[in-house]
Amino acid sequence: MKPKALVLQAHGSNRDFDVIDALTLTGADATGVPLNELRNHKSLLADFQLLVVPGGFSYADALGAGKLLALDLASYFSDEVSAFVDAGKPVVGICNGFQVLVKAGLLPGKQNQVSVKNEATLTFNAEGHFECRWVNLKSASQNCIWTKDLDEIITCPIAHGEGNFKASQNISSEYIALTYVNANGSSANGVYPINPNGSTMDIAGITNAKGNVLGLMPHPENHIYTWQHPRHTRGETNGSGLKLFANGVNYAKEM
Amino acid sequence: MPIYKFLVHTKITDPRNASYLKNAHAIGFLQLKKITIADLYFIEGQLSQEDLQQLTLKLLTDPVTQTASWIELPAPLSSGKPDSIILEISLRPGVTDPVAEQIVRASHELKIDGVHRAATGSRFQVEGLNVEQTQQLAKSLLANNVIQHWTIGEITPSFPQEVESSGEVEIISITKLSDDELLALSKERRAALDLAEMKAIQNYFIAEKREPTDVEFETIAQTWSEHCVHKTFKAKITKDDGQVIDSLIKTYLKAATDKINAPWVISAFVDNAGIIDFDDEFEISFKAETHNHPSAVEPFGGANTGVGGVIRDVLGVSAKPIANTDILCFGPQDLDPKSLPEGVLHPRRIQSGVVAGVQDYGNKIGIPTVNGAILYDEGYTANPLVFCGCVGIAPKGLHKKNPQVGDRVVVLGGRTGRDGLRGATFSSMTMDAQTGEVSGASVQIGDPITEKGLIDVIVRARDLDLYNDITDCGAGGLSSAVGEMASSIGCEVDLTRVKLKYAGLAPWEIWLSEAQERMVVAVAPQKISELQTLCDTFNTELTDIGAFTGDGKLIVRYGENIVVNMNNEFLHEGIPQRVLKAVISNQSSKIVNRNSQIVNIKDHLLSLLSSPNIASKAPVIRIYDHEVQGGTAIKPLTGVKDDAPSDASVIKPIGTRGVKGIALSNGINPEFGKRDAYKMAWSVMDEAIRNAVAVGADPSKIAVLDNFCWGDPLRPETLGSLVEACRGCHDAALFYNTPFISGKDSLNNEYLGADGLRHAIPPTLLISAIGIVHDVNQAITIDLKEAGNLIYLIGDFSTEQKNVPDVPNSALQVYKALHQTIKNNLIRSAHDLSEGGLAVSIAEMCIGGRLGAEINFEESNLFNEVNGCLLVEVTPSNKTIFEKQFANLPFQKIGEVTTKPILKLNETEIPVEELVQAFNTLH
Repeated sequence: MKPKALVLQAHGSNRDFDVIDALTLTGADATGVPLNELRNHKSLLADFQLLVVPGGFSYADALGAGKLLALDLASYFSDEVSAFVDAGKPVVGICNGFQVLVKAGLLPGKQNQVSVKNEATLTFNAEGHFECRWVNLKSASQNCIWTKDLDEIITCPIAHGEGNFKASQNISSEYIALTYVNANGSSANGVYPINPNGSTMDIAGITNAKGNVLGLMPHPENHIYTWQHPRHTRGETNGSGLKLFANGVNYAKEM
Repeated sequence: MPIYKFLVHTKITDPRNASYLKNAHAIGFLQLKKITIADLYFIEGQLSQEDLQQLTLKLLTDPVTQTASWIELPAPLSSGKPDSIILEISLRPGVTDPVAEQIVRASHELKIDGVHRAATGSRFQVEGLNVEQTQQLAKSLLANNVIQHWTIGEITPSFPQEVESSGEVEIISITKLSDDELLALSKERRAALDLAEMKAIQNYFIAEKREPTDVEFETIAQTWSEHCVHKTFKAKITKDDGQVIDSLIKTYLKAATDKINAPWVISAFVDNAGIIDFDDEFEISFKAETHNHPSAVEPFGGANTGVGGVIRDVLGVSAKPIANTDILCFGPQDLDPKSLPEGVLHPRRIQSGVVAGVQDYGNKIGIPTVNGAILYDEGYTANPLVFCGCVGIAPKGLHKKNPQVGDRVVVLGGRTGRDGLRGATFSSMTMDAQTGEVSGASVQIGDPITEKGLIDVIVRARDLDLYNDITDCGAGGLSSAVGEMASSIGCEVDLTRVKLKYAGLAPWEIWLSEAQERMVVAVAPQKISELQTLCDTFNTELTDIGAFTGDGKLIVRYGENIVVNMNNEFLHEGIPQRVLKAVISNQSSKIVNRNSQIVNIKDHLLSLLSSPNIASKAPVIRIYDHEVQGGTAIKPLTGVKDDAPSDASVIKPIGTRGVKGIALSNGINPEFGKRDAYKMAWSVMDEAIRNAVAVGADPSKIAVLDNFCWGDPLRPETLGSLVEACRGCHDAALFYNTPFISGKDSLNNEYLGADGLRHAIPPTLLISAIGIVHDVNQAITIDLKEAGNLIYLIGDFSTEQKNVPDVPNSALQVYKALHQTIKNNLIRSAHDLSEGGLAVSIAEMCIGGRLGAEINFEESNLFNEVNGCLLVEVTPSNKTIFEKQFANLPFQKIGEVTTKPILKLNETEIPVEELVQAFNTLH
């Protein structure tokens, strides 16, 4: 049976259909569910095997990207989301979704509870502006169900203004799921634009202790067809983002 | 009620500081040593100490990067560092402040119910400037007087004044006025109506045996504004040779489309956007608008709402927006601030504000910005041009434009405020030094997330068949949207039902407000509740303000009081046709030799590549999201290092089956516009079409939009060049068999300087093209692909240099042949010849591929600006078959791709790395 994926459509989500496309291609039964609909039927979440908080500008980034949607999670779905994460079901937050998971306290770290005690944040890009460009990602932690066994570099775009990962304490390497690298896989060493936003330790994606929750700034859902590759007219088609989604969907299927 | 002021500092380096410092230095504040920004929030309410702590911790700060302090006003917050000056800025009352709205909403979500209202602001600590210089800096960089106020030291926040709505309606005595008095009335109310129009209004009310209300007068002024009714384009124009043109639209633009009669054009000129066929399932819509005057006064808000406005045009044909375009024209960025006319913002400031406005709206609403251009000319210093385009997609046959008697008049989206009053008439006037101050209310900040809610609701409502008609609220506000919708059947609405941002609006202000993010739909009464449910799901407000009546009358009430009672036919057909004179200047096709001054090929090429109009626009392109929705197959930047300029973009709309895509391109050339408007129109048509064909669009399935930006059409010479441009559009459209599907004009782009001189823009025509690419996998980019490949020049290359190049007779045949060879996979790269000629074109192809090329071409023709020509790269094995397909057409092999990264133009060698450096000079 196809695992059911819930793509949360908040006020200002805008890459919801992009990720629904990626999940569908990798064998999930993906549905966009508006936040207000979920508020009216909170138990609905338990019927799903996979949760996605997609990219966008929830609440227009007012008061900091992801902040107000994180508040919504804490105010309305704290128990439901905590139970989902506790059950080990795959969760992914992309771009704004990553910002939400971090600001809701679900990433990084050990806790599976939604809280406002933030150990980390995603703040303004070091260059001081929004940026859209293609980057290369390397899987780091083998602990994360989404990124383990990704041997090949993922090539996909970023599109954000607040993707600069900063933590109040050192981040243990087991939580680092993805890093920005050069096309040949060598470290970005913080050099712009290989590391496009100034993130500590070139961090592009973070997981939790259990490895079932992933947050990442780049958009693997925007590289799922060969013609999306910026150099497809040169015959370059490597680095598809589909594998990351396949990992999550397959994990959900086997649960 | 107490007001608390919160100051939020960043603990780490705030990247905004460096950007302010850089911009301040660039406009001459060299003594500025350091500038530090902090965010201000003002919250009014009955709040406990714990509430205040919770607000700070959970809402107003990021605990990892920020700290905050607060104080109850009116006490001063804190003093700055010694030798520094504190400057505080906040929004003027009534200016949309979405963050403040969120603070109130989220506070209540946090159960801090004592929060009553909020405002936002910024605080700057300035080092190295004295008070006077700091005030100058505020004026020229940090604040915009139109929407913000500032003070040295502590600012007092302002909230919109809470006044009870007066409902006051003024009666305007018009029936007994003399001609002079009529004109004075038009001027006094900033109506921009001429005597014939004022007399038509007078006669209508004489026949009605009464005087109009202010609501009626303003409704007519907006409906009859140049912006809404295009009176110049519909005027009867007598040329100096005696020829009479009855409407430029009918005679030239619509005429061309009618003659071409393309079966794949679904709707042209009648709806909010033009519509063409995409595939068996879907149709594609396209519209481009300008937002010039608002962007001159408040660049961020002007461009922001320009993007929002054109998106609503596409929503107005029931389509989902899938791509944005933006073409921007500014004054020189290095202009000496002292030479600026009084009241004009510096071009650098206008550019940064406009670009930020485009970015903010497009990125947040989730529509990729995929095609555009930036042009610089001194003529745009006081009148920048901001062209915003939007493409939409919809399943065929679902868009309805047929309100039924009994349907409810329903407003969806944002609330109505005093914002944007008289925007339509404002944009139809010449600006002067006072314009910014008087017309401040004509501009506002958009709210893209509210408009995103409209997209979510309308696309679903369309699929559920919940409305019978739809239109956007743009210029003229409800008066224009409701008025147009009801123009055949009539309606009755009650303005007290309209939801307001704040109380105190007079009826005419509610009716005319151009508050953004609103759409009007006609909904059958039994479907209202289903639409309401949908709106609730997507946080969108629905307001039922009245009904379509069937009696052909426009009745607007304010409660019991009838404030408009007019015959719809008079309102929409009663405007007298303007009678204008045009003088066609004798623009002989002079032969000029621009190559004579070229001494050194290398220096000349490098200086062209680094000149503002040709140099890379990557710093701007990269801050637009061009990837959202996952459809961008050919991106604005391309090549090995993603830094070469694409001729056009190709997108494959999400949700469509198959491999079909659409190409988006543009043509614009103000330099040609100054020389010969007729030939300029041909040139920009050719440019738009050849750019689309270069990426793989089928030349037999391209549609175009026209956007004319001109000076004052009452001057016969100005009108003459407009007439010539329209004639050029017509003739070129027929030549290419390329129909116009929509268009728009923005006239009176002039500035009356304090010196009494009029500064007009160069005649500027934007042609936006949309074409079908049969297979996105076959799309072509400009970057050279492989050493050893052959480089051909295709098209009839004219060696004769004219003031504006002709379009060669072979152009269309060449494009058709190119398209066939692309379909046969014979073309590895293609790039058109435009500004800077063949040399710039091959240089950009080298940059794209980081490969060299050896070119043999007559030295004196390397930089010729020509039409109808492209460079293409072909593998040697395809040489014969390629040449066969061009058998009876002009083409010549001019060189080869080389491994060594050096561009060799005859004997001149230029390392590709130097080309890259020159091209990226603006970084």
